[in-house]
Amino acid sequence: MNISHEHFRQPIGRTPFDDRMTALSKTENWTTWNCYKVPRVVDKLSTEYFAVRSGCAVMDLTPMEKYRISGQDARPYLDRLVTRDISNLRPGRVTYVVWCNDDGKVIDDGTLFQLNENTYRLCSQHHQLDWLLMSAAGFDVQIEVETHDVAALAVQGPTSYSVLTAAGIDGLDDLEPFGIRNLECGGMPVTVSRTGYTGDLGYELWTDPGHAEPLWDAVFGVQGQYDIHAMGLDALEMVRIEAGFIMPGFDFNTANSTIRDGYDRSPYEVGLGWVVNLDKGHFCGRKALQAESERPARRRLTKMVVEGNKPVGEAFVFAGKNGRQVGEIKCTTWSPILKANLALADIDCVNGRLPERLWARFDYQRELKWRTAWARCHAQTKPFYLPDHKSATPPARF
Amino acid sequence: MIRPDVIIIGAGHNGLVCAAYLARAGMGVLVLESGESTGGMAAPRVLNDDYHFPGLAHVTYPISPTIRKDLKLDQFGYVVGKTIDTIALGANGQHLTISTDAISGNRLRKADIEAYPEFRKQYLAFAKSLSPLFNNKPPRLKNMGFRDTATLARLGWNVRMGLGRDTMYEFLRVAAINIYDVLNETFDNEQLQGALALDAVMGSAMGPRTPGTVLTWLQRLFGELNGAASVHSGEQLVNALTQSAENAGTVIRCNTRVSKILIEDSKAFGVELDDGELIKAKLVVSNADPRTTFSSLIGAPQLDTMFANRVAQIRGSGVVGKLHLALSDLPEFTGIDPSELTNRLLVAPSMRYIEHAFNPSKYGECPDDPILEITLPSTHNSALAPEGHHLMSVNVAFLPYDLNGGWAEQKKTIAYKVISQLERYSPGLKSLIVDHEFLTPRDIEREFDATGGHWHHGELSIHQSFMMRPTYGAAQYDTPIDKLFLCGAGSHPGGGLTGLPGRNAAKRILELGGAK
Repeated sequence: MNISHEHFRQPIGRTPFDDRMTALSKTENWTTWNCYKVPRVVDKLSTEYFAVRSGCAVMDLTPMEKYRISGQDARPYLDRLVTRDISNLRPGRVTYVVWCNDDGKVIDDGTLFQLNENTYRLCSQHHQLDWLLMSAAGFDVQIEVETHDVAALAVQGPTSYSVLTAAGIDGLDDLEPFGIRNLECGGMPVTVSRTGYTGDLGYELWTDPGHAEPLWDAVFGVQGQYDIHAMGLDALEMVRIEAGFIMPGFDFNTANSTIRDGYDRSPYEVGLGWVVNLDKGHFCGRKALQAESERPARRRLTKMVVEGNKPVGEAFVFAGKNGRQVGEIKCTTWSPILKANLALADIDCVNGRLPERLWARFDYQRELKWRTAWARCHAQTKPFYLPDHKSATPPARF
Repeated sequence: MIRPDVIIIGAGHNGLVCAAYLARAGMGVLVLESGESTGGMAAPRVLNDDYHFPGLAHVTYPISPTIRKDLKLDQFGYVVGKTIDTIALGANGQHLTISTDAISGNRLRKADIEAYPEFRKQYLAFAKSLSPLFNNKPPRLKNMGFRDTATLARLGWNVRMGLGRDTMYEFLRVAAINIYDVLNETFDNEQLQGALALDAVMGSAMGPRTPGTVLTWLQRLFGELNGAASVHSGEQLVNALTQSAENAGTVIRCNTRVSKILIEDSKAFGVELDDGELIKAKLVVSNADPRTTFSSLIGAPQLDTMFANRVAQIRGSGVVGKLHLALSDLPEFTGIDPSELTNRLLVAPSMRYIEHAFNPSKYGECPDDPILEITLPSTHNSALAPEGHHLMSVNVAFLPYDLNGGWAEQKKTIAYKVISQLERYSPGLKSLIVDHEFLTPRDIEREFDATGGHWHHGELSIHQSFMMRPTYGAAQYDTPIDKLFLCGAGSHPGGGLTGLPGRNAAKRILELGGAK
């Protein structure tokens, strides 16, 4: 990691793709992500959304926290860090992991890339260096922040495979979901993983910051009817909810940012029980999670379809219309492709089960006048949107 | 014993107390000790085959009457030692004698003489009010059980009703402040202040002005509730405890070093010895200090991250060295009658002097004028040394664990400095020295397997006391590892030859179902 001690003079960082992204921006609608300037919307939200779902959306992923974990104890270190049994992970593969504190409360989630025998990359939403270092006591591992040293670009959508192939990246035909390949693009080395946060076919490209602009140019230089658009965070928020992906720190409080007792969440409570393997040997939080697994569930971050087409926004959830308040909606979106209001809601269980009849009460405006509405909610466990082409190998050509 | 119910790691006095209690409750107890004999820091140290020094603990208070009675220690030869006074050495033979209820000496003012008994009475009352806390496992503040509530209720009752309203206010005022302020408010005589302040800081990396030194002093006074100080006969207490434990069926194996606590599925099931032997048991109880237990015998990878991190951060670098001098005759001290050499002698002429001795230790340096606590155990028992010969045992305060430049190079120079300091009060001492042993905090760490070489297995600071000793998550003697308990000085209520951590731990183990 190479950060100048003058870094404070530039509180908002520019990613290696910034000049290209700025040139495309018609809205100048910027925000920050991990102190980097990133677009909320580049051009038009609907264009970007539909690029993911029916074309090819390109998003600058550089601000995502990236850690390089290496050394002879890297595997046992990671095994103790994360809740999931990662014994099947091998070089060239990626897995989704979550890690907890001693109390079994979620600190963050992320994707774990095994780059080679003893080298891994862990990508997370939030800054984790302190936790990763604290966890390193007793292990022979090196942990480095490589957020600023690796340029990352997400290329997502049904035509993404064709776009990357047309851009000159060969070798994607048999790259399966969660696979990694070291490839080339116009003579430049680029690492491609078949991963993403959109719930669609998609890839993430990892390269040296010096190769960022040529890589961008190669993707955007592809001619043809592929519907390639740069994408901002607002469209990402829509598609990740459709895909049923959660965002720690937004959908629920992360353990290391929670002050009030009981406001943090365990993996079971946010629907991540499937990445907890209590019998894999010791990991941080195992004892607490073992105890929790033996009790009836207290609450559950729940995927819900909310009836009707009124924008839901923030809302309380009740057991029955005018019934007892049982939870609250954490994020919502209108899904253009499903024509439905989607929501993730934190809901209290009764005897370990979700209440049967869920209703949301929310306020909305009609011509600047506030109204209150009730809408029936339908909990579901599967992702709202999970197209077959997401995992097809080889992907369809366009 | 084919397969013991419980393995206790370390035959220090707390390990023996715990063993004796558990054995009396019907458990099969195996104690594993790395040293040649039982007793740990309280065991005698023999120099040259002939000189039997009292180990690290040379001044003690009687062990708690409950333990004495429960473990039938009198039956096994335990006798409370003869009460001693403290002589605060001054320049040119201008000494003060401090006993439990009176002070005497040349230049004392009447006000100080009158204030002393009242002051002692008050602080002993403060110490007594804390006894519900010391005699029980510290309460858990979250998810408190009935016993925890009862402990706190008794503590509250003792502080409020036992002390009375005005005394309670005074107690609450002084509880977290420093001994420097308290003694300045009460006394004028610098030599008296120095001698009293020493008991608040000896053994800790604290000077008289360090906050919390009233608490460390109260912890010491708590021991005095059982009776006055005496010159410890290590052998006698250790023998009584060893016999009591063995009499109840405990098996003790010396020269047996545990290298690992075996854990499966977050549950301890035995130990591995350094020769590779595996011994399984239903429970493992560690009398080793918490850092040795968790960082060395278990290792951070087997623990949760935050707990491992808290253990690694336990403050516990020893600051006291021990000098043993084998002497060819009874030394002479200027201005002290030879018959008074049975007492404890202090070189701590003022609080300012102590603070100056403490300061360099913070920066890895040794003080030019170290603080000394001297006893001559052979004046109590002539059998400890060859005929006519004597022993001098000296605690040397404020020797840094991390000495700049390392101990190996400077150990001799510093021992010489201490001897020269002694010579100022006892002219001719050097010529009597037959042999000597000097234990630095590093030596203490190695000799007694105590990470940091700290007497108390961790500082007795407020943030490491009560429900935070050694750290939360292990403060009620049980630990995050199922079937693994702590019973040593690193646990509540801390160091000193009290036996209380051992007894409280045994009570806790039995309360949680013993070996079932």
